Amino acid sequence: MIELSGVSYSYGDRRLFSDITLSLQPGSFHFLTGPSGTGKTTLLKLCYLELSPEVGDIRIFGDDADALDRDSVAKVRQRIGIVHQDCQFLNHLSVAENIALPLRVAGTKPPNEQDNLRELMAWVGLSAHATAHPPQLSGGERQRAALARAVMMAPDMILADEPTGNVDWEMSTRLLGLLVELNRMGKTVLIATHDLNLIRQAKAQVQARVLRIRDGKLQLAGSDL
Amino acid sequence: MKLPLPLTSNEAERVVPHTGSAAQMTTIASAAMAFLCVFALALLFTTSRVATTWSGELAQSATIRISAPADQIDAQVTAVLTILDQTPGVATARALTDDEQQALLTPWFGPGLPLDTLPIPQLIEVTQADRGFDAEGLRLRLRAEVPGAVFDDHTRWRQPLIEAARRLRVLGWVSIALIGVTMAVIVSLAASAALAANGQVIDVLRLIGARDRFVANAFVRRFTLRALAGSVIGTVLAMIALWLMPGDIPSGFLSSIGFRGVEWLGPLVVPLLTAIVAFLATGTAARRKLRSIR
Repeated sequence: MIELSGVSYSYGDRRLFSDITLSLQPGSFHFLTGPSGTGKTTLLKLCYLELSPEVGDIRIFGDDADALDRDSVAKVRQRIGIVHQDCQFLNHLSVAENIALPLRVAGTKPPNEQDNLRELMAWVGLSAHATAHPPQLSGGERQRAALARAVMMAPDMILADEPTGNVDWEMSTRLLGLLVELNRMGKTVLIATHDLNLIRQAKAQVQARVLRIRDGKLQLAGSDL
Repeated sequence: MKLPLPLTSNEAERVVPHTGSAAQMTTIASAAMAFLCVFALALLFTTSRVATTWSGELAQSATIRISAPADQIDAQVTAVLTILDQTPGVATARALTDDEQQALLTPWFGPGLPLDTLPIPQLIEVTQADRGFDAEGLRLRLRAEVPGAVFDDHTRWRQPLIEAARRLRVLGWVSIALIGVTMAVIVSLAASAALAANGQVIDVLRLIGARDRFVANAFVRRFTLRALAGSVIGTVLAMIALWLMPGDIPSGFLSSIGFRGVEWLGPLVVPLLTAIVAFLATGTAARRKLRSIR
């Protein structure tokens, strides 16, 4: 699904990581962990092609990322649901409009979109906030709205960057439950987080691989978590 | 409950927030530029029309001036009229009366000029038939048979007029082109400002899989419609202003500034051209901005 081979990335003179190899198989569940500043977000951005590696190759859905033009990159992103820590909404649109935006952007209008959207909003517990605007939502509600937007296009993969960074424990548990549910539906999930409690909690529910960036290298974390 | 979805194509620009002075600036600038453009167009039409009229009137006529002692003048006038009568292509020829000559001199010497006491040449007005006459042949014949007659086919007057009209036309087109370029620059700057101010919107759209065309269209549509609206306002105001121009000024050019007949259709092209300019300028600005992000 996504394969990184020998990928290196630097910000200026600072080498963030080097020679990283990663393969995300369909239906797998991964955590990406490590201290702040080690490159978790950068690695996610490489996965959804916002950044290009200095060295190394990325293959995504079978295509060489370097060979993709801008329209193809957009098409790839329609197959990936991205949840950012800061959510990134269009504040002048309602919550429902924001969640449905990927459909609008893709130019698709499924016949049962109203039902799908209503179902999706109920699934993330935001039915009562359909006409509200993003600034009116709490941190947890915004994260759930971002998750709903990420799955609106029925993507093959969910990439989430610190999805529980701004929410309390109860909301973290709820968000994790939604991500686990998506994984059970066959979606590939990659979550970047430094929240070890979240990882431990997830491992009790789903078979998850935990990857850790340490000293610029990507390692498989073991029982030390 | 029906949920509010931004799902129709004509709502594409809804993804761009409505706030911001850039779009208002575009409307105002378009209105001003359209006003100037219509005015330049009116001057262009007027210049062409007046020059054509002047040139046509002068080209259709010629003047023969006879300078001779008083006792010979009548004989020379008769001789000239006889020659003209025999010249193919001359429609009419007649000697101006004293009153007509007096009227010609009045602007310089005032009324009551005693023509009979002054050595004023006699003028003969010649109008040519449609096929025209051989001016050079006539000039040579007059020189041989009536030495006191000087033939003037108005070429001296006509050429500078035609040249001036040609240059004015070029200046008019250059003015319209400059207005178009200025318009493109203003719209482009306004669109760039809006694109910069909405950087986060563009990031979000790209992140969720928007193609460049979708993002660009959202801005292009907004700015093209703004420019079109402003241009319609400016064009209508300019047309009203030209229509209200006083038409009873007794000096030709000023009273004829504006449009006549089908010329009134000319300004209607201005909003269309403005929209095209805005479309291209915004599209270029949007593509430039989008190239800077992955």
